Amino acid sequence: MFYREAGQYKTSYAADQALLPLAQDRYGIAIVLFTAFVLIPFFGTSFFLVSIMIPFLIYSLAAVGLNILTGYAGQLSLGTGAFMGVGAYACYKLTTYFPDVNIIVHILLSGVFSALVGVVFGLPSLRIKGLYLAITTLAAQFFLEWCFLRIRWLYNYNDSGAIEVPNRDWFGITVTGAEASPVARYFLILTVVAVMTLIAANVLRGRIGRGWMMIRDMDIAAELMGIRPLRAKLSAFAFSSYYCGVAGALMVFCWLGSAEVESFDINHSFLILFMVIIGGMGSLTGCFLGAAFIHVLPVVMRAVPSMLGWDILASTVEHITQIVIGLLIIFFLIVEPHGFARLWQVAKEKLRTWPFPYAT
Amino acid sequence: MQLVKRGALLASVAFIGSLAAPIVQAQDTLYMPSLTYRTGPFAGGGTPFADGYADYFAMINERDGGINGVKIVVEECETAYNAQKGVECYEATKGNGALAYSPLSTGITMALIPKAPVDKIPVFSMGYGLSAAAIGEKFPWTFTYPTSYWNQLSSILKYIDSNGGIEGKKIGYIYLDVGYGNEPIPVLDQLAEQMGFEVAKFPVGVKEMQNQSSQWLNVRKERPDWMIMWGWGAMNPTAVKEAAKIRFPMDRFIGNWWAGSHSDLNPVGEAGTGYLAANFSGIGTQFGALEDVIKHVVDKGESKVASKDTVGNVLYNRGLFNAVILAEAISVAQEMTGKKVINGEDMRLGLENINLTDQRLSELGLADFTGPIKGSCSDHEGAGSIFIQQWNGSDWERITDLIAPMNDVVRPMLEEAADKYVSDKPDWQTQACS
Amino acid sequence: MQELIHSLTVAPFMEMGQYPDFLIQVVWEGFVAGILYALIALGFVLIYKASGVFNFAQGIMVVFSALVLIGLHEAGMPAWIALIATIGVMGILAMGIERFVLRKLVNQHDAILLMATIGLTLVLKGAGQLFFGGETKSMISDELGFSSGAYDWEVFDGLVIFQHIDIAAAVIAVLMVIALSLFFSKTRIGRALRAVADDHQAALSVGISLNQIWAIVWFASGIVALVTGIMWGARSDVSFALEIIALKALAVLILGGFTSIAGAIVGGLLVGIGEKLFEVYWGPIFGGGVEAWFAYVLALIFLLFRPQGLFGERIIERV
Repeated sequence: MFYREAGQYKTSYAADQALLPLAQDRYGIAIVLFTAFVLIPFFGTSFFLVSIMIPFLIYSLAAVGLNILTGYAGQLSLGTGAFMGVGAYACYKLTTYFPDVNIIVHILLSGVFSALVGVVFGLPSLRIKGLYLAITTLAAQFFLEWCFLRIRWLYNYNDSGAIEVPNRDWFGITVTGAEASPVARYFLILTVVAVMTLIAANVLRGRIGRGWMMIRDMDIAAELMGIRPLRAKLSAFAFSSYYCGVAGALMVFCWLGSAEVESFDINHSFLILFMVIIGGMGSLTGCFLGAAFIHVLPVVMRAVPSMLGWDILASTVEHITQIVIGLLIIFFLIVEPHGFARLWQVAKEKLRTWPFPYAT
Repeated sequence: MQLVKRGALLASVAFIGSLAAPIVQAQDTLYMPSLTYRTGPFAGGGTPFADGYADYFAMINERDGGINGVKIVVEECETAYNAQKGVECYEATKGNGALAYSPLSTGITMALIPKAPVDKIPVFSMGYGLSAAAIGEKFPWTFTYPTSYWNQLSSILKYIDSNGGIEGKKIGYIYLDVGYGNEPIPVLDQLAEQMGFEVAKFPVGVKEMQNQSSQWLNVRKERPDWMIMWGWGAMNPTAVKEAAKIRFPMDRFIGNWWAGSHSDLNPVGEAGTGYLAANFSGIGTQFGALEDVIKHVVDKGESKVASKDTVGNVLYNRGLFNAVILAEAISVAQEMTGKKVINGEDMRLGLENINLTDQRLSELGLADFTGPIKGSCSDHEGAGSIFIQQWNGSDWERITDLIAPMNDVVRPMLEEAADKYVSDKPDWQTQACS
Repeated sequence: MQELIHSLTVAPFMEMGQYPDFLIQVVWEGFVAGILYALIALGFVLIYKASGVFNFAQGIMVVFSALVLIGLHEAGMPAWIALIATIGVMGILAMGIERFVLRKLVNQHDAILLMATIGLTLVLKGAGQLFFGGETKSMISDELGFSSGAYDWEVFDGLVIFQHIDIAAAVIAVLMVIALSLFFSKTRIGRALRAVADDHQAALSVGISLNQIWAIVWFASGIVALVTGIMWGARSDVSFALEIIALKALAVLILGGFTSIAGAIVGGLLVGIGEKLFEVYWGPIFGGGVEAWFAYVLALIFLLFRPQGLFGERIIERV
């Protein structure tokens, strides 16, 4: 009843092929964007912006990147953390060499470096598949981690081995570094994430994206039908790593403010993979839902005992959080292996027929 | 559909609203956040440290009713030694009137150093973090009392020098291969040139902490006369065990002050007899302040320690000492500003003007616990002294007097490093010291 | 440049020839580490063979079982009783995993099963820390009857040291592999297991209970994990840092193939010995710490030439 396409006539091909052909979807997106761009910056506290929204958006972007590779192109990767690291270090070096260039340019450029690295480590995917490939991406993860540590040039020979983010402006407003206000950083990230998600949505439904999905569904058949696996797989790696790289640059420049190797370790690769799988492989909405679940849940769980006035050790809460998240992951995989995206789809179906589920 | 969306919108607005509501904080308390890690691979070190920190403030509240009548509220936030979570904890607690942060992690310290001047909350990284932060002119908001890694290293080298001379010797340096372990290398290289010894380096990756046999095979190959270790967490007991395996003489193996605690050597036991470590905080419970902690906190069951035996061990006492310095800074700040309830800026002033003389330490019930510490506008580390302790198979024993660092050599290097840190940050906040 | 080539290609071998006793020591250390990698990989293989699940939780099972053992001993149980009780705990865990996780995830995509085991990892990690604390613990090796001494072997004017515990690890690993092979080839359950590994449907149709078999393989790999935990713990204590080392077993699996027990052993030894040799003789050229990635890069290069691993079954693809 609420989600019916009835009565929405398309009078041109363009309208028929629009990204969101249904009016309800357009309104929905408009409300989400309004909330994100107006309500949240207006009402949110600094803690809400910095510790919930900013990480959530950055993780969502990384999840979009990984989902392109794993969910759409079918190449399982455990090297996301390292690809994010490449973006972060590249952005740091770029802004060291060209301090006057707008930081947003650097952030977007840094993804290119991570895309190049992604292509190099994606080469084995031409011969290796599935779990085997996952393990070769572990090679990328550990080798790059070692590079971040051993190549001192990457962090300007700092004794601390850490990269520190300088304050940089964007049209006169400081958007990176410690002096940037949470709202400014939030807007920068939100804009980048929104635009890049839009681009991803369009690429995925176009020729390139369809090629990736064919490779995912059956690579030999795709090859017989004229998809070049070399081009499709490597472009998926490049595209995905680009997104991860930008997410990594944003993570260091707009969230952490400084980073060591540990900020890009294997646990982050897993974290992003969790988001993709819990959210739903092959779904952009899923990336956001998954990121919200995996990032926000622990934050909320940590806040619960003190809100209720329970006197529990912070570490006990942490352990229990870990157990609960583990159980929830298993629970969701059992209940709905296709993730939140699928649940959302089911909900939409229900809404479509409600309140007469038997009438079609 | 619209209903649901509207519902979701309302819910999200309500959620945001609940976050926006300011957390009510009683006005007459001093709020001390404590970034702990009681989980993860470094929990073995993080737990006793956090206990000591919390127990000392609890004791002050219990015994004296707070500092000059103002109670201290300690709130723990679990970081698991993870920089992301550390930043999250910082954001979650800074709005409650936090006076200072001691994250006990180099990574988190690095992330907080640039935030400190903006939020006006000092970072007190006691003997860790960035060595260059010792230069008060360049780092007005960061403090590393009682001394820095670089100065500590010079003290350790002095100890070696006074035990058979260092010239012409070969010194092995085994370290955790992260920022923390890499940090002292410039000083080591420079002092090697000045003092005329040779250096061999053995990095241990974080993932290889419990798999060090190849590093120790390399040690066997290089045959150094002394070994110095910059380790933390599970790396330490493994290293001592491996050293015992290749029969490296234990009394020539010196850990830094994060590689010489009870949690490091208890798992090793007898095999580690003779192992040395640097330290700056006293061992045991024979100090007045520790007795008060036991009387007012531990015996009443208000401490989080797993067992009473933990009280007085190396890292417990170090956590307690961290709290002592902060408490002292609070009282200095109260005296200087005349306010009872202070803020982060006052706290900075207090930390900068701290003066823990031997006499003051006795008053606090900490005679012979550590060396005197005096801060100033330009000196944020105090160039304090350390002592060497030795493992006797079941407990640590202090075996030397205080060893002063070679501040004359190290200080110029620190200044150079501080200049370098600031050089690519044109709007970095500095201060002028007369 | 010439110097670099020399130090990469000639110098290490000269060094090996110069101090043969040291070379033997390096190989021995690599051998022992390799055996431990192989044991972890063995746990993976058992489960993968029978259920097609890539059990990421094997690493944490090593830590968890060792912690249970130490925890029970600290609680006052004699060492041997604690050992038996720990085996019991691993059995209950296996049944629980089969009943509440695997049974519900039959026929799911590889990645989903993998994720379920990562979820399991989180649960075990949280539970382990909640019950036993996060501190580094020492293994109760003396109580279990392992001696901490060493044999010295004087050879080539040098000295090679063999720790008793390392020798014990090698012997136990060999015994375990023999026991497992016998179990697979001689017993009824073992044969059923192989049948399941070959073809789920066919096995089901001749009356083999999949659920029972899965519980059994998880139990078996739980015991393998316990043995690994005891051995590694005795060498270098038990802490959650061990978990990450277990990831090396993934590289071992690549070399050996996912389904071959012999492959796990050979792969483990290759990785163990290879990485020690590389770290000791070539590592210093790269600034050390190359062990962290050596195994994975070796696996990657290897895969490019032989995608199915050393002993893996040939992959034939049909449309």
